[in-house]
Amino acid sequence: MNTLVLLAVGLLGQAVTPQPGPSHPVPPQARTPDGFASIGEAVAAAAPHDTVRIAAGVYAEPTVVIDRPLTLLAEPGAILTGEGERGLIEIRADSVTVAGFTLRDTGLAFTDDRAAILVEESRFCEVRDNTLERTFFGIYLANSGDCTVRGNRLEATGDRETRSGNGIHLWYSTRIRIEDNEIVGHRDGIYFEFVEDSEVMGNRSTGNARYGLHFMFSDRSSYDRNTFADNGAGVAVMYTRDVSMRENDFRGSRGSAAFGLLLKDITDSEITGNRFLDNSVAIHAEGANRVRIEGNEFVENGWAVKVMANSEDSSFSGNNFVRNSFDIATNSRRTYSEFEGNFWDRYRGYDRDGDGVGDVPYHPVRLFSLVVSQNEPALVLQRSPLVFLLDLAEQALPMLTPENLVDPRPVLDPFDTPWRPS
Amino acid sequence: MIGRAAKVMRYQVVDLLRGRALVGYALFFAAATSGLSLLGGGTARALPSLATLILLVVPLVSLLLATTTVYHRGDFVNLLLSHPVGRRPVFVGIHLGVTLPLTAAFLLGLLLPLVAGGIGAEHVADVAILAVAGVLLTGVFSSIGLVVGLSFDRLARGAGFALLLWLALVVLYDGAVLFAAYRWAAYPMEGPMLALMALNPVDLARVMVLVALDASALMGYTGAVFQDFFGGASGLLVAAACLALWMAAPAFAAMRLFERKDL
Repeated sequence: MNTLVLLAVGLLGQAVTPQPGPSHPVPPQARTPDGFASIGEAVAAAAPHDTVRIAAGVYAEPTVVIDRPLTLLAEPGAILTGEGERGLIEIRADSVTVAGFTLRDTGLAFTDDRAAILVEESRFCEVRDNTLERTFFGIYLANSGDCTVRGNRLEATGDRETRSGNGIHLWYSTRIRIEDNEIVGHRDGIYFEFVEDSEVMGNRSTGNARYGLHFMFSDRSSYDRNTFADNGAGVAVMYTRDVSMRENDFRGSRGSAAFGLLLKDITDSEITGNRFLDNSVAIHAEGANRVRIEGNEFVENGWAVKVMANSEDSSFSGNNFVRNSFDIATNSRRTYSEFEGNFWDRYRGYDRDGDGVGDVPYHPVRLFSLVVSQNEPALVLQRSPLVFLLDLAEQALPMLTPENLVDPRPVLDPFDTPWRPS
Repeated sequence: MIGRAAKVMRYQVVDLLRGRALVGYALFFAAATSGLSLLGGGTARALPSLATLILLVVPLVSLLLATTTVYHRGDFVNLLLSHPVGRRPVFVGIHLGVTLPLTAAFLLGLLLPLVAGGIGAEHVADVAILAVAGVLLTGVFSSIGLVVGLSFDRLARGAGFALLLWLALVVLYDGAVLFAAYRWAAYPMEGPMLALMALNPVDLARVMVLVALDASALMGYTGAVFQDFFGGASGLLVAAACLALWMAAPAFAAMRLFERKDL
């Protein structure tokens, strides 16, 4: 068959400059000092901390289990396939590196969490520069720590939530770095549950069936400069404290249950310098307590912020609100969050003392947004002169909109956010 | 027939230009567009205000200008009507003589400043939708204006009725729709709401604007009808097709009136 094996195992002394394997395919039966019948055999023969080089070729073999510290370096064109039957690589030891593979076709599995690369109870592992195609779960870390997942490209074609797994899936892990990966077409692009002190940066998670990023119970983690675009329901984060999200791009989450960013019971966190573009709801905050939302760009969203009354002591300042159909919506006549010093493109006040701050407070909740929350089909009257008149009357004499949801110091010129270089 | 219609149209256009209202109309849009986009911070920020302006001003001006045209038809038309010629080509000339100059004035006023200022590739589609909506509105309301003009014998009454009609379609109708939405809130209202939009050409044009400017909000609605309608190009096409019907029906009615009227 096409199970062609060409491995060279550099033994301990040679680990730094390992011998290259034969560049041409060798039949599976062949045995040379450097040749093994399969990756699995090469791994079994290697001593701890060896480097195993995998030459180009297509490998089909039982799941490769790495049970000792090893470095697996695949040369370009080294393809490991599960033939739609099984997971591909399992890392069950510390200090394992897996790099450069093309991993494909794990097939679907409904009874186990089948993954291209499963990392279990491992520390100091590194998974980098691999290409994953048509895998169920992509890279799955469980009970692991101090690992890095960098520069991988994961592409699945799961069109439905039930028929696809998560791209990068973390379960009970600590101090993990997820960096510069590209994840397309999974269920959740990046999924965290019970993960702590981790960093997610520079990833692109797009076109996934459910969430671009989804985490729960994952305290003290940071998310910087990632792109979450065109995912089925955007990004949802829940039941977590000490989250920091900086300079990410949340865009193209359109639909009735789609959010740029859904915050559910998030505490003591900061969301700064992000851009929210073209989402049905940019931020939906439910039980967001002591969250600082600052210096973000809200552009062309249906609703920029929906903040529920169970959010307390969160603050919105220094944000730009531009061309959103609705700036703020809420479900109560009182708000327990604070809005101060934002730029609102709908603001029509004046600034007589010329300090750049409008002299008249701004009420960002339009009467019409209240109307729509009670009576959704009325949405087709958006931009009607009638609605304009209603909003104007309410602005002049607020009677129905939340009285204390007000920006007392609306700023007249947009802020320079990371998305608005000037 | 075409030659006669063209001749009537030419006189009509010359007449309109002499009246200066048309030039004022074009200049108004030019001033508004350049003011909003240059001072207000670019095309993107000007679009919502421009949309509101188009929905308010285009129907009003088209309606009034077309209505008054009936009373101020030139000597040439009167002379022509006293001869044994068919009225149909004369009407076509009058109709086009109002509609085309209005359309040209609107497009020049809207687009020249935008093109001169540089639209920006990402806004071309939105600007195009606004322009098409405005052109269709012009056609609809100049046709309706002719019907109004031909239905009233005196200018004051005709113009007065035109103003009332404008107010009704721009503001009062939407009030009734909002009332209906609350009155029958217990029923699934998305379909009926869209149907109600189709009965008012101003609302149809507004729906086109919504597709350009508020698609992400409309997609956030929980019902499937809006999702389908506003999700792709279908909503845009349906609204434009309805507007085309709105243009044809009054034009036909006006022609019948003109053919039978004792002038």
